[in-house]
Amino acid sequence: MNAEFFAFSLFSVFAIGGAVFFLNAIRVMHMALSLAFTFFSLAGIYLLLQAEFLAVVQVLVYAGGISILMIFGIMLTKPEESGASKSFQLHQWLSLIVVTGFFLVIMLIIYQNPIFAPTVKVYSPSVQSIGTTLFKDYAIPFELASILLLVALIGAIVLARKEQK
Amino acid sequence: MYLTSYLALAAILFCIGLYGVLTKRNAVMLLFSVELMLNAVNLNLVAFSRLGFFPNIEGQIFTFFTITVAAAEAAVGLAILIALYRKKETAEADQYNSLKG
Repeated sequence: MNAEFFAFSLFSVFAIGGAVFFLNAIRVMHMALSLAFTFFSLAGIYLLLQAEFLAVVQVLVYAGGISILMIFGIMLTKPEESGASKSFQLHQWLSLIVVTGFFLVIMLIIYQNPIFAPTVKVYSPSVQSIGTTLFKDYAIPFELASILLLVALIGAIVLARKEQK
Repeated sequence: MYLTSYLALAAILFCIGLYGVLTKRNAVMLLFSVELMLNAVNLNLVAFSRLGFFPNIEGQIFTFFTITVAAAEAAVGLAILIALYRKKETAEADQYNSLKG
């Protein structure tokens, strides 16, 4: 319990710190690295929740794939540092107020709702049961996801290709 | 660990992502702030799958599909972004003010 609490605190501080640094970093490459760091910390949180397979998937897809995709996006678009983002503008204050209000409402709901009280029974699934459920009960959504990935692959190539004259 | 701790962490990450979506001007940053929000939702699903009122495997299965859709969304979004960048010569989201190609 104690070690779990320690690990949870460490990973959550890493995740939140990475996300905050992602928003505030000046260089875009630092943003990409800090976002990858956040994704890695979330994989650690999944490990704490006994979702080992999901943690590996998170590292593969997010920390591996999405971060590389982000670096590609940054390199291909050459983001210019605009001077307007230096000063704290009106719409940023408004966004901050809206987000803070939203956050307080969520926190109130989380900590007031009796459904979220600690439960006695804890479910720890194995990787085998994940595979069984995925291919028995969710076979059709699984196939649909593969079709979706194929469509996204072809669509991305068609969209990003240079148009021939 | 209690369920509420995980939910609070997910709420914080979601709000950081939401703030990024509302304030960032670079379209790449917008796209990846959305990814951060999706990650927070995934964390909620996994936490409920283990510590929820009815602990169940379905939460993890649902997370796989969310990750799939998020990856596809990032790829297609980036492709659209690159096509737009070629057209408009800028990555600022508020310069994209016309739907006409």
